[in-house]
Amino acid sequence: MAKSNKPIVWGPFAAGGTVTAFVTPVLIVLTLLVSLGHLPDMLTYEKLSSFAAGWFGKLAILVIVVFSLWGSAHRLRITFFDFGVRSDTLVATVVYLAAGLGSVAVLVSLLRL
Amino acid sequence: MVEKVSGRRPYFREVPRTHWFLRHPRYLRYMAREITCIFIGAYTFIWVVGIVRLSQGEAAYQAFLQTLKTPSSIVFHIVALVFAIYHSVTWFNLTPKALPVQLGEEFLPDGVIAGAHYAAWAVLSVVILFLAGAF
Repeated sequence: MAKSNKPIVWGPFAAGGTVTAFVTPVLIVLTLLVSLGHLPDMLTYEKLSSFAAGWFGKLAILVIVVFSLWGSAHRLRITFFDFGVRSDTLVATVVYLAAGLGSVAVLVSLLRL
Repeated sequence: MVEKVSGRRPYFREVPRTHWFLRHPRYLRYMAREITCIFIGAYTFIWVVGIVRLSQGEAAYQAFLQTLKTPSSIVFHIVALVFAIYHSVTWFNLTPKALPVQLGEEFLPDGVIAGAHYAAWAVLSVVILFLAGAF
């Protein structure tokens, strides 16, 4: 029987698409406010570090970042193909590696907080 | 026996490998949806950097907040916001196909399923803005 690794790639992609559909626009609005000089209370050093120190904050940040990265990486892989890049193994390695490194960086940082 | 020369002249439609999507508005909308991942992925790395800086202490985090205030950051945020909203809209419009709900013999209308997602999206966005102290 033919085996496929598609479910493993597709699961995080679907989760990533859903997470980014629900929260990415509002997160961008929050940091856009910062860039325009209005710092939301939650994004001050004291508030954000105490949020990220608790288990709920750690889990929320980790879930959002990891699924956003994996969903984007998978879609980017397909998009490269659509733009005519046919070296899929190379593209897949680079995009999944970038997503993996970003995920590890966030996990390690959260555990230090 | 003499072999007959084939009279077939099959039609091969040429597909340009790199710019095929310029041929039809539908393909363009597909590509617009696909490239949303570039902006969402790049934006997520802002959070990766932010969390790394947060873990390095207050001075590092304040410096991160300052870099968010550069003009290029403002432009990136606005462009990323447009693409992120486009991704949300296309994603929710697909939910009736991905999650059909059957009630007896009937299926729940597409508008109800997509509409429920839009409503949840709106409520969640307002709740997050409120909890984050944006107002």
